[in-house]
Amino acid sequence: MRLKLEPRKASSRLALYAAPVAAIALTMLTGMVLFTFMGFRGATAVFEIFIQPLLQPERWPDIAVKASPLVMIATGLAIGFRANVWNIGAEGQYIVGAIAGTGVALATYDTEGWWVLPLMLLAGIVGGAAWAAIPALLRIRLRVSEILTSLMLTYVALQLLYYLVRGPWRDPEGYNFPQTRMFSEAQTVPNLLEGTQLHWGVLLTLVVVFIAWFVMSRTLSGYQVRVVGLAPMAARLGGFSENRTVVMTMLVSGALAGLAGMVECSATFGQLTPQFPVNYGFTAIIVAFLGRLHPVGVLIGGLALATSYIGADIAQTASSLPQAATGLIQAMMLFFLLGVDIFVANRVRLAPSLTQHAS
Amino acid sequence: MAAILDRRMLLAGAGASAALPYLGARALAADPLKVGFIYVGPVGDFGYTHAHDVARKKTQDFYGDKIKTNYVENVPEGPDAERVLRQLAQEGNALIFATSFGFMNATAKVAKTLPKVYFEHATGYMRGPNLATYNARFYEGRAVIGTIAGMMSKTGVGGYVASFPIPEVVMGINCFTLAARKVNPKFQTKVLWLSTWYDPAKEADAAKALADQGADIITQHTDSPAPLQVCEQKGLYGFGQASDMSSIAPKAHLTAIVDNWAPYYIGRVKAVMDNTWKTGDTWWGLKQDTVQIAPYNPAMPDNVKKAADDVKNAIIAGTLHPVTGPVSDNKGTQRLKDGEKATDEMLEKMDWYVEGVQS
Amino acid sequence: MSLEIAISIVMTLVIAATPILLAGLGELVAEKSGVLNLGVEGMMLVGAVAGFITASLTGFTPAGYAVAALAGLCASLLFGVLALTIGANQVATGLALTIFGTGLSSLAGAGFVGTTITRLPALFPQGLAGHPIFRIVFGYDVIVYLSVALTLAAAWFLNHTRPGLILRCVGESDASAHAIGYPVTVIRYLAVAFGGALAGLAGAYYSLAVTPMWADRITAGRGWIALALVVFSSWRPWRLLLGAYIFGAVMTLELYSKAAGFALLPPEMLAMLPYLATVVALAVIAMRPSRGRLDAPRCLGKTFRAGA
Repeated sequence: MRLKLEPRKASSRLALYAAPVAAIALTMLTGMVLFTFMGFRGATAVFEIFIQPLLQPERWPDIAVKASPLVMIATGLAIGFRANVWNIGAEGQYIVGAIAGTGVALATYDTEGWWVLPLMLLAGIVGGAAWAAIPALLRIRLRVSEILTSLMLTYVALQLLYYLVRGPWRDPEGYNFPQTRMFSEAQTVPNLLEGTQLHWGVLLTLVVVFIAWFVMSRTLSGYQVRVVGLAPMAARLGGFSENRTVVMTMLVSGALAGLAGMVECSATFGQLTPQFPVNYGFTAIIVAFLGRLHPVGVLIGGLALATSYIGADIAQTASSLPQAATGLIQAMMLFFLLGVDIFVANRVRLAPSLTQHAS
Repeated sequence: MAAILDRRMLLAGAGASAALPYLGARALAADPLKVGFIYVGPVGDFGYTHAHDVARKKTQDFYGDKIKTNYVENVPEGPDAERVLRQLAQEGNALIFATSFGFMNATAKVAKTLPKVYFEHATGYMRGPNLATYNARFYEGRAVIGTIAGMMSKTGVGGYVASFPIPEVVMGINCFTLAARKVNPKFQTKVLWLSTWYDPAKEADAAKALADQGADIITQHTDSPAPLQVCEQKGLYGFGQASDMSSIAPKAHLTAIVDNWAPYYIGRVKAVMDNTWKTGDTWWGLKQDTVQIAPYNPAMPDNVKKAADDVKNAIIAGTLHPVTGPVSDNKGTQRLKDGEKATDEMLEKMDWYVEGVQS
Repeated sequence: MSLEIAISIVMTLVIAATPILLAGLGELVAEKSGVLNLGVEGMMLVGAVAGFITASLTGFTPAGYAVAALAGLCASLLFGVLALTIGANQVATGLALTIFGTGLSSLAGAGFVGTTITRLPALFPQGLAGHPIFRIVFGYDVIVYLSVALTLAAAWFLNHTRPGLILRCVGESDASAHAIGYPVTVIRYLAVAFGGALAGLAGAYYSLAVTPMWADRITAGRGWIALALVVFSSWRPWRLLLGAYIFGAVMTLELYSKAAGFALLPPEMLAMLPYLATVVALAVIAMRPSRGRLDAPRCLGKTFRAGA
């Protein structure tokens, strides 16, 4: 007898939901062995990374704040991924969103008014969408792969940010430090809970997740996106335009990345600095996959990944685990998830081996 | 340890205070005082963060089990810093060192909400009742290596691999050049701005470019030992940054400006133990052993060693200020009159270059 | 500008170009077979640290390069198992590989910070390698010549041999290749492994030659430049060679022009140039009528499932 993989006719629902749980369990197990082997208290460190933050209420706002931009970006990306549109330049759209919003903030400096902050957020949305529009147009007009162009444009955006904060936008009273001036009160996304970083942007993320869920599962547009992704031929026959879907999903994912960038910039940084980009745009791709490209899954995946970030800092102080271990843990989580996916699409069967068959 | 602090006295003080209740919650003498550090880079950068971590270890060794130090490395300068600072405080650290300029806003914000915890921020200017700042007069060390450079250089051109034109870097360039021109009035300093603190390959290429422009002695204000390795390869001279880097370039390494934060950390821990901690701005230098000059390369001629020692001793004795008039900037404007000394305020806001600097 | 400085600039740019050429060549072959591996930076770091540790412990630098190539290859097999055998999404797997390599290299290299090793000497005798003029051709270590030789070999392999044709066929249409009877997955494994080995070698060029030391993230993002380079070259080895030297020149000239006291462009504009040029090159190539031959491999980044 030998093990044999057989494709399932329909993905197993149980396997679909169990896979991420299994992936996290496997990550914890491997982490324990690996860290013990490296001379740390493996079980303790893994506990501190995955469980400890959930047991400490004072860490909850931290998890929410960390997860917020990841979830918002990943929600947009997941919509595109469903339609087979591979925007991997969300990091760039996140940066351009923050740049656009900061442009508004600097232009309205010394201006009071309720409209300032909404205008900044709107600029963030437009900036992110505009940056995503470039790969979208190149794909529909010239058939250039959006994977490559969106990635390349991320590095252009990064250098644009550096140029602005070191040059024209540098705080005139900042002793030449490469950063813009601080935003005013009217330009800051308000705090939700005194003594924590929790801000209104977190609620905005929840709203976005809800809208995404509603659109994807309850409207014709959502259906169109799914059909184009699953069966492009059928979509064409059904009169759904692939080009329209590409442009739409790229703009939506760009807009959400831009919005996430501006919210993060205003709520937690309070200024634009060269340290602003911390790879949320790339991490969000992992979150999208952890969440099985489903808005609610993305929310859970984002919370899980944020927990591991917070927990890794706890493990650093409590178990002296080096920060680099966080990267290993996060990469392993995705490796295992992608790995166990094989059991979602296939079932394992005991099949008679050839020799036995012959006898 | 050649520190201004007397070890026996400190231990006696620590022993006495350990029996006394301090900071309310931790009344038991058996509880070690928890001291937290947050670092911007990895402890393995062999530069700025490495130096802070060496000092942390020295502080831990000095007090033994009377204190427990812990750290979080690779903390991005932004909201993550705020979160980690709060986490360290909530984990019971009574004294927290935020070791990078970019942590300033975060530290100020957290210090305000947690008045019972003592915060120390390196190289910043925001202070509060429980937030002190500290820095080191590295520019004094620059005067020593400038003297060496002026005497050792045959071409009379020094190369300076620099990061960003912030006052900290500018004052280093100026002190280096002033000291070099004191021994060789024709000495020129060529500055190359890299807009990064850390990129080994780029730092190496910058050193090569400077060497090709005639610089036969190269110093740096970036973090990796890469420029020194270029000097070693090309048979030029260079200086270590932050740590003694002679292991990387035994022939080229003439000496290094060593960051020794240990005396300050040890002293501040004692202040917390004695309940005598007060806010303030500490700017220690060669005299307090915070800035150290690494052992000279044996290949350095005796007269150069003596000249360097003379400058060092004069600064320690207070008879020499590295920036003493007459000083003109490189556009011809006189900045300091004959015999006039630069004030600390002038240094902290420095944005002009002395005669002889090409940048 | 004196001749001496001109020669020095060329030599600096050749050294800056060599690792991105190596990593780019490996990725080019992988992409030609239809696999997009975004883990280049991670594989480079794994190679850089493995190479440095080996050279440091054995005192024998060539062993460092060999182990680096092997380590890069192993990292790429991790990618292969997930993306090729299991059929996971290539973009996600590649990104995870980069995160993995960054973390792993930092943990493994922690004990080796602050030490150095001996570089490989120049390949040619001192009379040529140290000659004031001829050093522009003869003054490099063996890896530089190897990178050029491998590029030429890859160009010949892809365009003039039957296995090369099969590899391209797999990248253009995996279903047809499979139908004809070629083992699509095996061929892709080989291409990905080659890419991993070269990425490992490229990473080691930083830790063993450019700056012979280990420090966290020593490659500082050059893996992404290599990815841009592949696209910039429109998947042709000859253009890759040219492109690597152009990218190297952009990086080097920025520093030299500033050291000489004039700036061509703000440094940020120069730094974004390779990426911008890549996007423009993609668009321009796509607009040309003969695009069929020049475009990206059609199956790039798409998962292949036999029987699907």
